[in-house]
Formats: sequence, C-alpha cells, structure tokens
Amino acid sequence: MDFDFLTYLFFGGLTRGSIYALIALGYTMVYGIVELINFAHGEIYMIGAFTGLIISSVLTMLGLPILAIVVLSALTAIIYSCAYGYTMEKIAYKPLRDSNAPRLSALISAIGMSLFLQNYVLLAQTSDFLPFPNFIPDFEFWEPYAHILTSPELVILITTVIVMICLTILIKFTKIGKAMRATSQDKVMAVLMGVNINRVISITFIVGSATAAIGGILIACHIGQINFYMGFTAGIKAFVAAVLGGIGSIPGAVLGSFVLGLTESFFAGYFSSDYEDVFAFLFLVLILIFRPSGILGRAETKKV
Amino acid sequence: MKSILKVKNLTMNFGGLRALHNLNISINKKEIAALIGPNGAGKTTFFNCITGIYKPSNGDILISPKGNNEKINGLKPNIITKKGLARTFQNIRLFTSMTALENIMVGCHCVTKAGVIGAILNNKSTKAEERLIIEKSYFILKELGLEIYVNELVTSLPYGAQKRLEIARALATEPFLLLLDEPAAGLNPQETNELDELILKIREQNDISILLIEHDMKLVMSLSDNIHVVDYGKKIGEGTPKEIRNNPAVIKAYLGEEVV
Amino acid sequence: MTIKNQIKKSFLVSLWFMFLTFPILVIQVNTVENVIKWRWLNMIGVGIGSFFLSILWRYMLEKRPEKGKQTKKYQLFFLNNILHEKKIFFPVIILLSLFVLCFPYIFSMYQTNIMISALIYVMMGLGLNIVIGLAGLLDLGYVAFFAVGAYSYALLNYHYGLIFWIALPLGGILALIFGVILGYPVLRLRGDYLAIVTLGFGEIIRLVLENWNDFSFGPSGISNIPKPCFLGIDLSLQGTTKYLFYIIVGMVALTIFVTNRLQNSRIGRAWIALKDDEIACQAMGINKGKTKLRAFGLGAMWAGMGGVIFAAKTTFINPASFTIWESVIILCTVVLGGMGSITGVVLGALLLILLPEYLRAFSEFRMIIFGAVLVLMMVFRPGGIIKNVRRIYKFDPILEKNSVKNEVNS
Ligand SMILES: Nc1ncnc2c1ncn2[C@@H]1O[C@H](COP(=O)(O)OP(=O)(O)OP(=O)(O)O)[C@@H](O)[C@H]1O
Ligand SMILES: [Mg+2]
Repeated sequence: MDFDFLTYLFFGGLTRGSIYALIALGYTMVYGIVELINFAHGEIYMIGAFTGLIISSVLTMLGLPILAIVVLSALTAIIYSCAYGYTMEKIAYKPLRDSNAPRLSALISAIGMSLFLQNYVLLAQTSDFLPFPNFIPDFEFWEPYAHILTSPELVILITTVIVMICLTILIKFTKIGKAMRATSQDKVMAVLMGVNINRVISITFIVGSATAAIGGILIACHIGQINFYMGFTAGIKAFVAAVLGGIGSIPGAVLGSFVLGLTESFFAGYFSSDYEDVFAFLFLVLILIFRPSGILGRAETKKV
Repeated sequence: MKSILKVKNLTMNFGGLRALHNLNISINKKEIAALIGPNGAGKTTFFNCITGIYKPSNGDILISPKGNNEKINGLKPNIITKKGLARTFQNIRLFTSMTALENIMVGCHCVTKAGVIGAILNNKSTKAEERLIIEKSYFILKELGLEIYVNELVTSLPYGAQKRLEIARALATEPFLLLLDEPAAGLNPQETNELDELILKIREQNDISILLIEHDMKLVMSLSDNIHVVDYGKKIGEGTPKEIRNNPAVIKAYLGEEVV
Repeated sequence: MTIKNQIKKSFLVSLWFMFLTFPILVIQVNTVENVIKWRWLNMIGVGIGSFFLSILWRYMLEKRPEKGKQTKKYQLFFLNNILHEKKIFFPVIILLSLFVLCFPYIFSMYQTNIMISALIYVMMGLGLNIVIGLAGLLDLGYVAFFAVGAYSYALLNYHYGLIFWIALPLGGILALIFGVILGYPVLRLRGDYLAIVTLGFGEIIRLVLENWNDFSFGPSGISNIPKPCFLGIDLSLQGTTKYLFYIIVGMVALTIFVTNRLQNSRIGRAWIALKDDEIACQAMGINKGKTKLRAFGLGAMWAGMGGVIFAAKTTFINPASFTIWESVIILCTVVLGGMGSITGVVLGALLLILLPEYLRAFSEFRMIIFGAVLVLMMVFRPGGIIKNVRRIYKFDPILEKNSVKNEVNS
C-alpha cells in the first residue's frame, strides 16, 4: 500500500470532515434546543457561499486590495447567513412552536423552507455553476507538505479548530451558553429560572448559521465553484454526521463529522467514488439501527 | 387470597437516579389497591415498569390472572396490554384527532382481529366484528356517563370527561387489572365523589382489580382495600387504610402533607 | 394594535427584508464578462411586498384558531357540507363521473395527457396519504417506490416482454416488498430520523439506477416501453391515450375506495392512534412496528403501481424522473389538500399539478411556490384546505339498539 496515498486520503477525509463539522454544528445545536431537524440548514450554508461570491465580485470590481476583499466578503457572508437563519426561525418555526404544533408539522415546514430558499437563489441568481475565486493563496512555507495537504485544506482545518474552540468557550463559559445548556436540558425549568427561551432559540439559529456560513465560504474556495443545489447534499451529509456522533451533542457532531469524512474518503479512494453517497446513506441507516443514540449520545428513556 | 400481580424486588435506575428500589407489591383478585407517596416517589415509574413502557433494571413482575404465574418483565407494552393490564396516564394521553367513541374503539383493538384484507373487502366477519366494536364501545361510553360526547372530538371535552374517557378506553382492552394514575387530579369535589362511586362500579361490573395512584387521601382511604406507600422508590408501608393512618413511617414521610 | 403601530412594525419588517434580499435579489454578477447587474426594481418590489404581507401575516396569525376549537369552523367549510349531505353528494358524484368519462372526448389529447399525469399524482398522493396522513410517518423517499414500479415494468418488459397488465400488480407487489424490507429496520426509529433515512433511501435507489449501467442502463434510461394494449389489439396513438386515461381513472377510483375503507377500519384507527400518541397507542395493545409496516408497505404499493402507469405513459424512463423533489411534490399535495382527508388530497394534487401546467408564466415559480405552500400551510392551516372530518356514528337513544349509519366520508 502506498503510504503517500494513504496520508492523502487521510487528510482529504479530515478536510471533508471539517466542512461537515461546521455544518453539523448548526444541526446539532438546533436539535439540542428545539428538537427539530432544521432541513433548511444546508440552504443557509449555500446562501453564505453565494453572498460571499457576490460581495467579493462587487468589491473586486471596485478595486479593493485582496485582503480587504477577503475579510469584508467573509464578514458579510456570515452576517447575511445569520440574518437568514434568524428570519427563517421567525417565519417557519416560531409560529408552530407558539401553537404547539406536532413535530411532523415543524419538519414539513422545514422542508418547505429548504425548497423555498433553494429556488429563491435559483430564480434570483442562476442555475449554473458559478466560479468562485480562490482566496486562499498557496503558502510558501507550506510548500514541502503541499502534496499531501494543500494550503486551502490547511486553512480549512485550522479554521475549523478555531471555530470549535470559540464555540466551546461560548457554550461553557458565557451566560448565553449557560442558558442554552439549561434550555436543552429542561425547557420548562429554564423558563421558570428566567431564561428567555425565544432569545436563546434565536441565538442558537444565529450561531449555527454563522458556522455554516464559514463552512460555505471555505468549501467554495476549496472546490472553486458554487451552485444553488450545493447546500442540499452537504446538509444531508452533515446531518448524517450529527446523528452519527449523537444528535444534540456538540463534541459528538465534530467527532461524527470526522468519522464520516474519513470513511467516505477511504471508501472513495479504495472502492468507488460513484457510490460514495450511497455509502454515506447506508452508513447512516446502519448507525441508526444499531446505535440510534450515536457515538457520544446518551440513550435516554423518554419520560412518560 | 389469590394474588393476580406479584412484583418482586423491582428496581429502576435512570442513570445515577434510583427511582425504584427493591419494591415488592402484590395485588389480589377483585381488590382495589392504592399506591401513594410524596411527589417524585416513583409511583408513575412503577406503572411504567409494569406496563412495559420502561424496562426495569432489576426484579420480577409476575401476573397470574388464571392461577398460573407468568413473567412479564421485558415484554413490549402492547403484549402486556393484551395479557390484561390496562392503564391511564397522569397527563391525559387521548388520541386527539379522534372522537370519544373512536378512542374507545381503538381500545378494542387488542380484542379484535380484522386485518387489511378484511377492511378492504368488508366481508361478513369484518362487518360483524366492526358492529361488535361499535356496540361495545358505546356500552362502555354509557357506563361512564359519556354518551353525550359520542361524536365529539376529544379535545372539545371538559377535563373531567377526558379523564373518564381514558378510563373507558383502558376498560375496552378487557383487563383483569386496571391501573389508574391519579384519576382524581384536577377534578372538583363533586366530580371526585362521582369518581369514587364509578371506580366501585367498574370493579363490580367488570369483575376486575384496580390499582390507583392518588394524592387525594380522602378518596384513597374510602376506596382502597389495601394501601402501599412508597417514598424515594422504597416501600415504607402497607396495609388497610386504618393501619396506614397510624403508621409512623408513613406519617413521617408525609410530614407537611395532610393525612386524613 | 393601533394603526400607527402596525405601520411602524410593517415598515421595519419591510426594511429588514430589503436588507435581507439585497445581495441575492439585487446584485447579479456575470463572472464570465465581469459585469454586475443592479436590479433595484427588485428591492422596491420586496419593500412594498413585505410591507403589506407583514400586515397580512400578523392579521392571519392573530386569527389562527385556538387548538381544539378549530373543528367547528372547518365543518362549516362548504365542501364538507356538500360531501356530508347525501342529497347533494350523489348528484355531484354522478355528474363528476359523467364528466370524467367524457373527458377525453371533450378535450384534446394534449389535455388528456396532462390529466393523466395529474391523476398519477392523485394516486400517489392518496398512497402517501396512508403513510403520512393516517399513520403520521414522514416518508421522504416515497419516489423510490415509484421508481421501483416504473423500472420493474420497463426492465421486465425489456428482458421478458412482460405486458402492462401483469406488470401493474407485479410492480405494486415489488414496491410493497421493497417497502417492507426497508421499513422493517427503519420504522423503529424516531419520527424525524425516519424522514432522513427514507430520504437517504430514495437517493440510494436513484444513485444505484444512475450508476449501475448493466442493470438499469444508467442515466440514459430505458426507452420504447410499450403502452398498454387493449385485448391484444394495438390501438392508435389517440386510442391508447384514451385507454390509459380510463386505466388511471379506474386506478384512482380503486385507490379512493380502498383508502376510504381502510381509514374507517380497525387498522385505520390504529394508524391514526399511532400518529396521535405512540405511547398511548401501544398501551392499547397495538403493535407499533407491525402497524407502521402495514402503512408503509401499502403506501409503497400504490407508488409502485403509479410507477408502472407512469412508465407506460411516457414510454421512456430514466433516473432523472425520480429525484427527491418528486417526493416533496407528492408530500406537498398531501399537505395542501389536508393530511388524512381523501377529498383534500385529490383536490390538492389536481390543484398543484394542473395549475402550473395551465399557467405557463407561473410554472417557473412552481417549486418556490411549493416551498412556500408547505410553510404557510403548516403555519396557518395545518389541517389542509379540507380537513379530515371524523366519521359520525348515530345511535338511537330510545330503542337503546344502535343503528349505525355510515355517513359519507371525506
Ligand atoms: N424517564 C426518566 N428519566 C429520568 N428520570 C426519571 C424518568 N422518569 C422518572 N424519573 C424520575 O424518577 C423519579 C420518580 O418519578 P415519578 O414520575 O415516578 O414520580 P411520582 O411518584 O409519579 O410523582 P408524582 O406524584 O409527582 O406524579 C423522579 O425523580 C423523576 O424525575
Ligand atoms: Mg406520577
């Protein structure tokens, strides 16, 4: 077995896993708090990538320096994704929560939102693939290792780690993080303790959207093209990762993403890339059947 | 006397929390028994364990409706219901998109057997069975004084009627032991009095045993033949209402709560 | 709320939406020629539109019926009244059947073809209605069973020359078997996981069809699938279309008949109970797994038969006809019509499929409207346009002997 090929697949899997992780975080956080699979989460990631592309093109034509373009367009993309996430929650989920609708309704509403956002971008922009500028340069100091791990991949990995650390700090050490944890454990109790649930939910959507937007921009730079449909498959994969790790658990989502990324990478490398998606779904089915609570999830008895 | 339910050393753990601890309870034929204890004592957990909703961590649950002991722990809830244990829930769990009558008709599910083919062809035996279900359901509905609500959606029923409908639904499964989880909670004094009579009537007409969880001591004391007291998942007393009233351990557990 | 407040609120909403849609709706980048198109008109449109829509939104939210009280209101809905009044019901049914029977003779072949497609959706919607509307299982891979049906006819015909009339039940049975095989492990999962797994399954089937060239001829698909023949006689093109129209009408009638029987049977009640409350349902002695499997399998069967008819109609199939969005469209017809209500689903499917066909200008916006429909229905009218009304049982209080009268059901 070729060692270089092995490391290549390994780092390919890690990069893939990082992107899944950035999206999966949103799924898992929202699920942890409102017990809803936010089907439209992948669309937020797609909107992040589109906004990034649009803003950067405008700024490029205005002739700004490259660094300013990167920073500004990334920031705008994140802000817009957050705004979309926030609005989506207010339109499609909050009214359902207020009327105590069954979970099936919320799920259908989420699918509707996903369909809506995809086609909104399709109609407002284009159905074609758009080329995305590669903002991440090839670092010189990284030259010797570039054949196993390219610079963009390195940036993706590092960014993911930074995002994870920030998120951990947010959840473990801030007041809002504490409110989030309280809400996910017992909503009624949290309300009694003076937690503003609606605010916590909004912030959860916003934070989840922000990480998804970061993922969107990174993958767009890495692959070099975007399309209105990109959020769908990525979203499903990230969801698989979140379930794999144990939905509702943040470390679980990260772990699940890396496991999925790596297995996919090796599967594609050694077997067939045609059936890569088939494999991911089969993996999900098997996990759900044999360990429905995921790798890090706890098997809980539902209170009756 | 012949016991129809024997629970031996029942233990239930939720992670680190031990909700039930070596509980031994036995219910006799045609007896009305009560399970009492402070909030969080593990009463509902006990119901959930014996009806198969939770899988007990340890212990044995034996039923002997016809004299032969049969172990039922670990069985699925629907199998246990088929064997003759029916229950109501502390928080009402009716089928909200159905009418009152249909709720009871669902209760008849486990004593009937028409399948998909039968339903589609609507042949003679299916028709007869369906008729039987309707008649039986309406009969039970009347028994509990709910006939005015026959075709009402359950969500539009008053609270007390909903609670009684849950009992009706449980009766439709033809149990030998009926488990009632706080049947009087939320009822007004008059409704509670009616409930008292209703429970006695149910026992007589259906010839069954009843185990009820209840916080209303007046009701418990007047109804029960036998009372089991639990606290922190452990049994702290058992006996007739009179014995329980004078049991020091029980009084201590209930300190602050009124024992009539 | 005062008018001033309303205006202020709506103004803020409209500002927010103008901000929100700015990059995507206003700026369009042409990356090839490196020019930017600014579409300010869109922004004005969004501003004005969201201003009024937000007023409407708040008004509708306030008017939303309280839970539990909504039934009375729905019953006033005129269609239900028509359907529950025998005097009106029978003439309506007779007129409707006459119209349907004459349809291919009144309208052109083009119209008839569109109607056939719409009726295939009606049939599938009714099948999915068993799964979602009655049993409450969100199946997003429904199209997979449609594909199973279509491919079984196409392949069995290609290899063994199997005729339509044998393929029709066989496709249904194969889909049912697939449904049971998939359902067995998967139905134990929690409701929302089920949605994802079935979605995954739908994609697996499509991907396999796309990549397994030896089996399914890959993306190029299978062509020259024969249309059904009538007593061995080959009909003219027009003749087959008419013939196919009557076949699908017959199938829809059969589906309505069967689902109506089912939903008021012991099995149907178990499905609804399962949807309402799984735990209470089990406590009634209902086997959860078996009940779910029945719904899943039966739903799949209708999709399979729909697939066979679809293959016969188009004479050409390829994996592109079986994407997840097809499942979502069928879901949409069920949700719009009213989950659990047969009349609702029929109307919903006809509405959703025929409207975009006839309003060509509108068809570009088909999918975005479907998305909006799903969200809006869930927010404002979760019961659909025609809410399922439960059967009324009549008892004679004097004789104490009940006379069960079967009301006509929607
Ligand atoms: N599924 C569960 N997971 C974790 N803990 C549980 C679960 N079900 C019950 N408990 C815990 O077990 C203990 C006993 O609860 P249970 O509901 O049986 O009390 P109870 O006696 O019915 O009280 P009440 O009179 O308030 O109804 C409580 O501390 C409760 O929090
Ligand atoms: Mg309790």
